[in-house]
Amino acid sequence: MEHKELICINCPMGCMLSVDIDDNGEMTVTGNNCPRGDVYARKELTNPTRIVTSIVKVTNGELPVVSVKTKEDIPKDKIDAIIDELKDISVEAPVLIGETILKDVAGTGVDVIATKNIGRV
Amino acid sequence: MNKHVSILVIGGGPAGLAAGVSAYKAGIKDVLIIERDVRLGGILNQCIHNGFGLHTFKEELTGPEYAARYISQVEELGVPYRLATIVTDLQLSDDGHTKIVTTMDEQGGLTVYEADAVILAMGCRERARGALNIPGERPAGIYTAGTAQYFVNLEGRMPGREVVILGSGDIGLIMARRMTLEGAHVKLVAELQPYSGGLKRNIVQCLDDYGIPLMLSHTVVKIHGDKRLTGVTIAEVDDKLSPIPGSEKFYECDTLLLSCGLLPENELSGQLGVNLSPVTFGAVVNESLETSVPGVFSCGNVLHVHDLVDYVSEEATAAGKHAAEYIQSGIVESAEGGSDEKVTRVITDGGVRYSVPSLLRADHMADLTTIRFRVGAVYKDVDVVTYADGRELARLHKRVMAPGEMEQLILRKSDLISEGVPSEYRITIENKAGQ
Ligand SMILES: Cc1cc2nc3c(=O)[nH]c(=O)nc-3n(C[C@H](O)[C@H](O)[C@H](O)COP(=O)(O)OP(=O)(O)OC[C@H]3O[C@@H](n4cnc5c(N)ncnc54)[C@H](O)[C@@H]3O)c2cc1C
Ligand code: SF4
Repeated sequence: MEHKELICINCPMGCMLSVDIDDNGEMTVTGNNCPRGDVYARKELTNPTRIVTSIVKVTNGELPVVSVKTKEDIPKDKIDAIIDELKDISVEAPVLIGETILKDVAGTGVDVIATKNIGRV
Repeated sequence: MNKHVSILVIGGGPAGLAAGVSAYKAGIKDVLIIERDVRLGGILNQCIHNGFGLHTFKEELTGPEYAARYISQVEELGVPYRLATIVTDLQLSDDGHTKIVTTMDEQGGLTVYEADAVILAMGCRERARGALNIPGERPAGIYTAGTAQYFVNLEGRMPGREVVILGSGDIGLIMARRMTLEGAHVKLVAELQPYSGGLKRNIVQCLDDYGIPLMLSHTVVKIHGDKRLTGVTIAEVDDKLSPIPGSEKFYECDTLLLSCGLLPENELSGQLGVNLSPVTFGAVVNESLETSVPGVFSCGNVLHVHDLVDYVSEEATAAGKHAAEYIQSGIVESAEGGSDEKVTRVITDGGVRYSVPSLLRADHMADLTTIRFRVGAVYKDVDVVTYADGRELARLHKRVMAPGEMEQLILRKSDLISEGVPSEYRITIENKAGQ
């Protein structure tokens, strides 16, 4: 029997979750104020994921960079590889919010999209 | 010639946008939002991380995406706004009814508006002075975390490579992750208090994920470097927050970020004679989010510092609606209650630092009123208890409460006045450990 404590990051409530893992790997989650905490605890202990947000260079834009995010959450250990790929690219203004900036980033199968409009100057 | 507007909104951040949209939807088309920046959205433009809008939109958006939802409502409805225009002066007319608002645009052009109602939505700024209690010259390389956020996220520039962060406010935590991802080495976050000022989820996602230590009860006692910062000395503090001799340790760094809390930006409110709270530094407001000056409303971070933009939008929507009602009623009443109206004061004690609103006029209350408050220390397994003139109204058990997280409760009017309008509504904390 194993015991783990973690904090749910799904919303700012930040519930403190207690997870008991029995000898068969069965998990029992307590301390969550909603079902998403249960899902989070199981995933965090088996396959932790995050949404990655960053910026990408823009040419001829009203700002030199545009904010971007991974469209879905990606495995936590891919964060560095994603940031590195984003450093190497640049896009041409105008950029529209929701527009795909990079497909299948770092082999995750997830696209990176713009989170802001950048007008052309 | 002065221009007349029904409702003038100062600030085009999430609070100003939601207030403007709400007033417009409530039937007052003659609204004007004044924003000093070249774009709408306020501070959200630089908050590129996700975690916004879970309550409102049931999805997790980044700051700019959240702002875009409200900006598109403003555009679609055609709510009037002016950009790159700053409100420089706010006065009352001689009869006390009209608010005289002076604005200046980029070319230095002055416009004077006569507004029937004003919504204060100027947001907050970061505490910079006082955060670092060290006398003497400051070398280059010391920034507030928000300034660094602006450089990195809007201009794509890094302020430095070897970073120490003082203060564990959310912006500091977010910037610890951001600068790490951009290739900087964030050595540590030092926090004077024995608890973090930021949300727990930010400590997990921004520090723990990257192995950045959070040193509670520690502060910067010495800054090194003449022209450019070369390092800081950090010491542990005792329970009176004084540095403990012998605990000093030197850390080499070229950048020090300060994340020591936010202060409502209320210089204009002061000019108008709005009563400000000594606790929040925001306006004292009633159930309609109206300040001590009739027809002047306040919402968002200029009213009290929020950690969740969802609540900013919710509060601002209420303020916009109340401002519209004020115009539509055509009656100018005292915000602190008419002479014969009984006003309930909201009293906070036992660890509750303040509440918004702090005055309740029963006649103006809706069935349900949201009361937001913060506590002054970390509490575990306690009860939040409310009383109307000593009569217990509600008791709510809380597993954890912390100064960094805003709390809210919903007050039912019928409960409050079931035995007549009380003079006092009290919010307190009971059953603290061992009691
Ligand atoms: C530097 C900083 C970073 C932040 N980062 C985060 C974060 O990462 N996550 C988070 O949840 N919250 C963050 N916050 C809190 C955030 O402010 C709120 O979530 C939310 O943006 C508050 O909305 P608001 O409209 O009240 O204020 P703001 O967004 O600050 O908007 C106020 C607007 O009023 C304008 N204004 C002020 N004075 C005048 C004037 N005299 N004339 C005309 N216009 C004026 C300003 O230009 C600004 O656009 C941050 C706050 C700051 C100060
Ligand atoms: S368990 Fe639910 S309520 Fe608690 S932090 Fe997670 S998402 Fe929020």
